[in-house]
Amino acid sequence: MDIFIQQIINGVTLGSIYALVALGYTMVYGIIGLINFAHGEVVMIGAMIVLSVVTGLLGAHITLPPLVIVLAGLAVAVPICMGIAYAMEKVAYRPLRRAPRLAPLITAIGMSIVLQNVAMMIWGRNYLSFPDLIEQKSIPIGGAVITNLQIGIILLAALMMAGLVLLVQKTRLGMAMRATAQNQAVAGLMGIDINTVISAAFMIGAALAAVAGLMVMSYYGIAHYYMGFLLGLKAFTAAVLGGIGNLAGAMLGGILLGIIEALGAGYIGDLTGGAFGSEYQDVFAFFVLILVLIFRPSGLLGERVGDRA
Amino acid sequence: MKSFFDTKNNPQLVWAGVGLIAVALVLLPFGAALIGTAWVRVLNFALLYIMLALGLNIVVGFAGLLDLGYIAFYAVGAYTYALLASPHLGIHLPFWVILPIGAMVACLFGVLLGAPTLKLRGDYLAIVTLGFGEIIRIFLNNLNRPFNLTNGPQGINLIDPFSVGSFSFSKSQSIAGIDFSGPQKYYFLLLLVTIGIIVVNVRLQNSRLGRAWEAIREDEIAAQAMGINTRNVKLLAFAMGASFAGVAGGMFSATQAFVSPESFNLFESIIVLAMVVLGGMGHIPGVVLGAILLTVFPEFLRYTVEPAQQALFHRVIVPAESLRLLVFGIAMVAIMLYRPAGLWPSAVRRRELQTDYDDADDAVAAANEAASATASRDAVL
Repeated sequence: MDIFIQQIINGVTLGSIYALVALGYTMVYGIIGLINFAHGEVVMIGAMIVLSVVTGLLGAHITLPPLVIVLAGLAVAVPICMGIAYAMEKVAYRPLRRAPRLAPLITAIGMSIVLQNVAMMIWGRNYLSFPDLIEQKSIPIGGAVITNLQIGIILLAALMMAGLVLLVQKTRLGMAMRATAQNQAVAGLMGIDINTVISAAFMIGAALAAVAGLMVMSYYGIAHYYMGFLLGLKAFTAAVLGGIGNLAGAMLGGILLGIIEALGAGYIGDLTGGAFGSEYQDVFAFFVLILVLIFRPSGLLGERVGDRA
Repeated sequence: MKSFFDTKNNPQLVWAGVGLIAVALVLLPFGAALIGTAWVRVLNFALLYIMLALGLNIVVGFAGLLDLGYIAFYAVGAYTYALLASPHLGIHLPFWVILPIGAMVACLFGVLLGAPTLKLRGDYLAIVTLGFGEIIRIFLNNLNRPFNLTNGPQGINLIDPFSVGSFSFSKSQSIAGIDFSGPQKYYFLLLLVTIGIIVVNVRLQNSRLGRAWEAIREDEIAAQAMGINTRNVKLLAFAMGASFAGVAGGMFSATQAFVSPESFNLFESIIVLAMVVLGGMGHIPGVVLGAILLTVFPEFLRYTVEPAQQALFHRVIVPAESLRLLVFGIAMVAIMLYRPAGLWPSAVRRRELQTDYDDADDAVAAANEAASATASRDAVL
């Protein structure tokens, strides 16, 4: 039983990171119907920049509280990631907005490769370790433990998601985003600057991604130029699971996928008599993706839409 | 000069051209061997990639289904050959038995993947195929337990070369007074298979099935309304693309004598896709050109970029491998933006992509753009 609770805790932690990244996919997809393949790479670049700032500050021998160091890292990473997302949209996606569907998907793959290799040239191809800024403390709950880091990740993710919901539901920008998602042409006629709205969606997604990058790096303690790819793919799975284009769906899908993965990795060894082990953890996300797309392509919370020619 | 290319009035010029190309193709491996045997291997890889790119071209170029896990079928073909002709399981079947088996197994996997996923829309299909490719790779990597099928990350080695009786493709030999090295013999075999695959592709494109694929690519709903059984036709595209990859995989196994899961990662899929896209989706000569360019170009980089950096900075700052991927990435974006039909597109494709604002949908979009441009001054944001 305690393994079960432990895996649920781990799953929710990982799931809230997936949810943050999934929100970036789902916002962009909801508005322009594009799978922003390079979104995972933005997460990676966010993590790398935070890492550089943090190691730089630690190396300068200035005694600062850990929270200030992390915030300084984010203060550098978030604007850079937003800038990258803005530039990416402007250069690679905007000119193709009316092109056949496959065209922007292929440029998105191209952007993903470019970002990965630029990151590899800057930060090298080795695994980089993220320094322990705070002492990790374990708090026992019902036979399992939760660390202060896990609590921090879950709380921060919840806070950011609440902020995003407020932004989308209560502000003028949010209203413009919802209108653009419903019908671009009519939203344009109502005086909404569609290009600004789309850029904003990309940039908000990138800001969430940068924070998610920090979270995943501090959770695993390492960063690598390739880390964004699989994370991005899983987050996309989460978005599809919840119903792509739907904010609540992305959050639900993220948490669910995290739990499925954690439980799967925790129990597959016992269930198959030791034949398969936790090395198959990454397979679960893909199986979930394939099953969801076959049996409920609109996701858990998505609306069923007809084919558009 | 113009009259020289006037093939319409001088049909014999076509045959002269074909003859010239044939002589060039025969002499090529001997020329490459003068620079180094490594370059003969590069030629062999170019031929393998041509086969792969042509197979993917059926799926992506003809039928318009974006497959990002195509390398999985290549892996299936390669592992089928490796398992049936190596000491790993102790089975040694001759290659002409295994290659059809490999094609069939890959075809089966193609149907397995295709059947449940083909009703998905284009971009979803891309992600599912990508996931499928990764699943295959993860299984190849881990199926050394509970029983040792794939030998895990170490891969399978000592794979049998192609051989007929005592004639083995891996040994150097003198035939009719000309010395052939192993890779040169493979070159001619691969060349034959490649030409066969090109012929099949050309015939497929002009067949009833080829036209059905094209109809689906342009408008699936309209194609269905015209009486095309879209599910079966799409499934056939997947199955045929996969079986070509299966054949190429078997030949890859034999020429390398070694396979491991690392040869079949996602980037291989993307590189093959880049060949199809860069060359010209759906246009067979374009795809062949794309495959040749993208195989030879990185080798060229390897021999120029790294020595140049050595000479300038006394160390390699940017390895050729990452530069290659970077250039691929930039090229994919640039091609889509500036030459969306590829470097060598078919005439039909080029005509299609040059028409603008001629239907209602585009007119709405144009009006919308104009509206948003005028609205941006007093926009809500």
